[in-house]
Amino acid sequence: MDDGHATTLGAHGQGHAHAAHAHEIEIPYTVHPRPDTGVYNGKLGIWLFLASEVMLFGALFSTLVLLRTSASVWPHGWRILNVPLATLNTFVLIGSSVTVILAWAHLRLGNLKKAKLFLALTLLCGFGFMIIKTIEYMTKFSHHQYPSTNNFFATYFVLTGLHGLHVLGGMVVFAYLLLTANKWYAEKRDQFTNRVETTGLYWHFVDLVWIFLFPILYLL
Amino acid sequence: MPPQRQIRVGNQWMRARDARRALEEAIRAEEAERAEHGGGHKQSFLRQYVFSIDHKWIGIQYAVTSLLFLLLGFSMMLLMRYQLAWPGKAFPGFIAKFLGDANAPGGIMLPEFYNQLGAMHGTVMVFLAIVPLAVGAFGNYVVPLQVGAPDMAFPKLNMMSYWLYLPGGLLMLTSFLVPGGAPSSGWTSYPPLSVIAPHGQTIWIIGMIFLITSSLLGSINFIVTIFQLRAKGLTFMRLPFFVWAQLITSFLLLLAFPPLEAAAILQLMDRVAGTSFFMPSGLVVSGTPLQNAGGGNPLLWQHLFWFLAHPEVYVLILPGMGIISEVIANNTRKPLWGYRSLVGAGVFLGFMSFIVWAHHMFMTGMGTAISAFFQTTTMIISIPSVIILTALIISLWGGSIRFNVPMLFALAFLPMFGIGGLTGLPLGLAAADIHLHDTYYVIGHFHYVVAPGTIFAMFAGIYYWFPKATGRQMNEFWGKVHFWASLIFINGVFAPMFVQGLAGVSRRLYDGGAQYEHAKPIIHTNVFMSISAFLLLAAQVPFIVNFFYSIFKGKRVGHNVWDATTIDWAATSSPPLGHGNFEVLPVVYRGPYEYSVPGYTAADFLPQHVPDDGEPTVPVGGGMLPAHAVAQKEA
Repeated sequence: MDDGHATTLGAHGQGHAHAAHAHEIEIPYTVHPRPDTGVYNGKLGIWLFLASEVMLFGALFSTLVLLRTSASVWPHGWRILNVPLATLNTFVLIGSSVTVILAWAHLRLGNLKKAKLFLALTLLCGFGFMIIKTIEYMTKFSHHQYPSTNNFFATYFVLTGLHGLHVLGGMVVFAYLLLTANKWYAEKRDQFTNRVETTGLYWHFVDLVWIFLFPILYLL
Repeated sequence: MPPQRQIRVGNQWMRARDARRALEEAIRAEEAERAEHGGGHKQSFLRQYVFSIDHKWIGIQYAVTSLLFLLLGFSMMLLMRYQLAWPGKAFPGFIAKFLGDANAPGGIMLPEFYNQLGAMHGTVMVFLAIVPLAVGAFGNYVVPLQVGAPDMAFPKLNMMSYWLYLPGGLLMLTSFLVPGGAPSSGWTSYPPLSVIAPHGQTIWIIGMIFLITSSLLGSINFIVTIFQLRAKGLTFMRLPFFVWAQLITSFLLLLAFPPLEAAAILQLMDRVAGTSFFMPSGLVVSGTPLQNAGGGNPLLWQHLFWFLAHPEVYVLILPGMGIISEVIANNTRKPLWGYRSLVGAGVFLGFMSFIVWAHHMFMTGMGTAISAFFQTTTMIISIPSVIILTALIISLWGGSIRFNVPMLFALAFLPMFGIGGLTGLPLGLAAADIHLHDTYYVIGHFHYVVAPGTIFAMFAGIYYWFPKATGRQMNEFWGKVHFWASLIFINGVFAPMFVQGLAGVSRRLYDGGAQYEHAKPIIHTNVFMSISAFLLLAAQVPFIVNFFYSIFKGKRVGHNVWDATTIDWAATSSPPLGHGNFEVLPVVYRGPYEYSVPGYTAADFLPQHVPDDGEPTVPVGGGMLPAHAVAQKEA
């Protein structure tokens, strides 16, 4: 608990410590965990964010359950949707969850080159997922199957679309991490490692949502 | 007690005149020092005042913006009240001109425009005024100070939160300018009406997504700040109740808003992509069958909406209760009664608020079993509210109460919130709700909770923390004028609503019920309520003038003008923006409300950051003087 509190803050201390960024004050536990909570700020923040995401997708899954149970006719997903492509996508996404962990592990081991490689692989998997998803969507559109067709397609497009936006968001962050890796690693190595870790947590969540989406939409 | 003319400075007493001189001298010295040290690292204007990442300035941004929205929402209501009191009467010249022929041809308000005002009044008040004021403004300014943090945990997210809120709010207002006007399906936006409504509703949804994102970022920030940045020694049971209230509120915002975001996305899809999430089969609009797939469920929206909107009720009231607790403890000069019960009740309230939402839907035909369940949970949730209110009332017992302006508002809050809360019980019982639902009784009930309840708490907070934010105190006399006038007229507006509602007058009536036979005996109260509302506006003039006048010309005061114990008062008054809050992070030694400690004779308050023996880590700053004034005099 001591390192954060012992820091002298305010105009006097800061002026000497960081002449270049004099107006920026230092927030405790940005990088290192607070002993009594055991986490650093970003990690708690991302967990809270994921809790709210659970509520977001939870509401959408509830919508699907309610609409499906009250519908007189509801098609089987595996008759209409492309199960092999979705299975491939499942493995692509699970693979990316592995690579992002490896990226973080290599950062912890001090191997920036390998970490960047695995970050790039994760990003590549994201691209792969989105390309396959686009192919699926295009096929649906070419068969005149739109969100407005019926509530099955409405839930399919909204749930997978929102999930796709989450994948896209993750890819943007990974691209940013990859592009700034050298600079961050040189200047604030621990913080960079934390950033990869929190992004990884988010990425696992996006993966997990897909693990629920896949059976519920495609297999049932 | 020492003679009146003497004033305590730190732990010693001195003559009033000497103390005032010393104060002015010390403030001058402090300003000079600040200018000297602050000059070296001046921030750009944009960073300091527009895209500030300093929680204090963001709090002030939130406060000013949300107070303006509050006034705007109030003005919308005044237009409606004019129409309700004198249905079909033309507005006076300049207002008629402002509204334009599209909304009020010949100065007479159109029913469509009345509906738009109603929907936007609710939206503006709940999402753009009260919540941003209670959480964005007070939470931002006070929480980091009260937990002894240098800033929020994520300053940039904090800035983003404000800069999503403001565009979201402005975007919503632009809906008045599009063809078809602003959304007119009520603040609850029930489908199918909201799905077939004109474009204004789409703007409402997009604006709402902005606001939800803003509150999401804010709530994460608050929770992390409270968990991670608490000062050394500030354990959870030493947190001021205000911080607890903000913590619980943040959890509600974090977990209750996403389902509304989901619902908003679905309604957006219904409107722009032609889906049928909320659209049942076979709808006929204006004689034309709708060309959608159908099979949707309008009740689904209500469930998703109220899953947010009931916890939202507690988002509206909990920060208010937090402010009231601070003000009451401070002005009774004794500890809060039942601090642990307050905290426990608050946490329980937050938890229960997630499982009462369908009491807004008793009349939808969802079945007696479900109604019975939600009726039971609703009765249970009234218990923690009563605990909180009771604890606050008992806290007054035996205190030597200081009747300053914040305390007056706090004292008025107790019975006003009591009325609002108790009138809610009949609404929570399914049988009574059959008669009362959608009448003016409902309007009276929740307005008593939010208007003389929460808004009075907000006023108490503004008068209480104004000296902290500006270094100057608001004028007491005009504050009292503001208080008494507001108290009288606000009851004039809302009390007759109960009578109207019991007589069966429905809400959302363009003519205030003039066309209904059963409303005839009671409808004359509309004039009384409307005149009270206009006088309530007049009662805010002293506040508005006092607020801006006091920023520049108010009485200068020291760091701890109220002789308070929590560590927000250990920071300097008007702490410099962007420079952190404390010169040294404070260490906390005791609970938040150590007033009139037996055996402690130096003062009737013992701040959290003063050690039992030895020098405090941060000067006490008691009495009128800023922190280092005493030391300076001695030197």
